[in-house]
Amino acid sequence: MNRIYFDHNATTPVLDEVFDAMVPFLKDQWGNPSSIHWAGRGTRKAVEDARESVSALLNCTPIELIFTSSGTEGDNHAIKGLAYAQKNKGNHIITTKVEHPAVLSTCKHLQKEGFEVTYLDVDKDGLISLDELKAAITPKTILISVMYANNETGVLFPIKEIGQIAKEKGVAFHTDAVQAAGKIKIDVADLNVDLMTISGHKLYAPKGVGALFIKRGTRLVPLVHGGHQERNRRGGTENVAGIVAMGKASGIAIRDMEKETEHLKTLKERLEKGMTERVPHIKINGHPDKRLPNTANISFEFVEGESLLLNLDMKGIAASSGSACTSGSLEPSHVLVSMGLTHELSHGSVRFSLGKSNTVQEIDYLLEIMPPIVERMRSMSPLYAGAK
Amino acid sequence: MYSEKVMDHFSNPRNVGELEKPSGTGMVGNPACGDIMKLTIQVEGGVVKDVKFKTFGCGAAIATSSMVTELVKGKNLDEAEKISNSTVAEALDGLPPVKMHCSNLAADALHAAIEDYRKKQAEEAAAK
Ligand SMILES: Cc1ncc(COP(=O)(O)O)c(C=O)c1O
Ligand code: FES
Repeated sequence: MNRIYFDHNATTPVLDEVFDAMVPFLKDQWGNPSSIHWAGRGTRKAVEDARESVSALLNCTPIELIFTSSGTEGDNHAIKGLAYAQKNKGNHIITTKVEHPAVLSTCKHLQKEGFEVTYLDVDKDGLISLDELKAAITPKTILISVMYANNETGVLFPIKEIGQIAKEKGVAFHTDAVQAAGKIKIDVADLNVDLMTISGHKLYAPKGVGALFIKRGTRLVPLVHGGHQERNRRGGTENVAGIVAMGKASGIAIRDMEKETEHLKTLKERLEKGMTERVPHIKINGHPDKRLPNTANISFEFVEGESLLLNLDMKGIAASSGSACTSGSLEPSHVLVSMGLTHELSHGSVRFSLGKSNTVQEIDYLLEIMPPIVERMRSMSPLYAGAK
Repeated sequence: MYSEKVMDHFSNPRNVGELEKPSGTGMVGNPACGDIMKLTIQVEGGVVKDVKFKTFGCGAAIATSSMVTELVKGKNLDEAEKISNSTVAEALDGLPPVKMHCSNLAADALHAAIEDYRKKQAEEAAAK
């Protein structure tokens, strides 16, 4: 059976080039980067080289970048670290209703500790209103956290404009760029961002490594207290192989960005156009243009997402419904519900997130098998007959 | 994550559709997740002669719907009423823990259909 992977927002495969680059650090080069002797010197250099590569992906200086264990850690570190560092200045945080759980749960936790959090609404396209953001800022506001790109819909937020507002009001600005990094060009120098989270496994490096951009002069209370690693900003002996992999993957992302964006855009447009032509009663979720080049989130009316995913899986196609992290929850996607979709439409959503290795043939195969699957599931649905 | 039996009933669901002149209809929503099932039964001489279902729901919801129709066919009403969500789940070789609530849908729809039948019977008897 064909195996087709359309779930790159959940995770990406490790590229061969990346794997080859990291292997020596799991084998012969096992020294501790903090050691001053021969065993540590090579690994120290590898970590610092990787830091340069990842910095180049964001256009920051290497000093402004620390390595973490994940996107989740980066979000926790940025938000808690800033909140604790500025708690004498204020206790108010502004974020959105459609953030990843790594941000939402962190904010919920801070509420229990006495911080106040405003969760901004999104409109039907999945975007926030900048006027509402401005109106939400009070003298107590210390942090704004708005994601760069939404993991479920791919919707891109106006990071530069938000950064400008934050700067004018003297409020720190964090963005979760886990889904944006590697897919679109990012330039922190141009963005007025103080903190930015990224994660290795969304850009063809392995799971369990990430990075956090901390703009020079931004004070954070460390999340992981320990040794002097990462200039005292994060304790713990470095995950050298993972860091090297992330450096390599960042280099490749920069090298291939233009070509890759074109490739993904072409495939996504073919998918969305083809699906619209072949399957009636569908809805493409998220702003028509302000979206990542790789993400197509489609609601199939009258049917439920999981049963579509099972059918696709039987044909070898991997996709997802809502966020992979929230599968196992019974709630329909908080992102789609926030965008005003009905219960049924959010339950009936499938996310196809494309990547490097996908081809036109794979999209065409999907377009061929999807109409009969949807038709069969609809013929079993008590909602369909009534709507015809 | 699903058992082979679940996948079998999901891929080849039995008794899909709607009876034209059902003796009883049960249409229920799952309070946990909002999924919906409609079950129609044909009762003759106190026995469930025919049954069909339509379901808007996850894989487990469809498989349990299909299984409940198999279990109930040919049973008398008293036996049919004893079919519970755990009977259905067991007949499918179990469901993952997060999916246990899905089996409520099938059992609830069956009980609603039987109740609907009994209500209609009582109304008919009263009209006579
Ligand atoms: C937007 C966003 N933020 C954070 C994360 C968490 O990253 P990680 O899996 O590296 O912890 C994800 C991954 O699903 C994500 O999509
Ligand atoms: S998730 Fe709703 S019935 Fe299974």
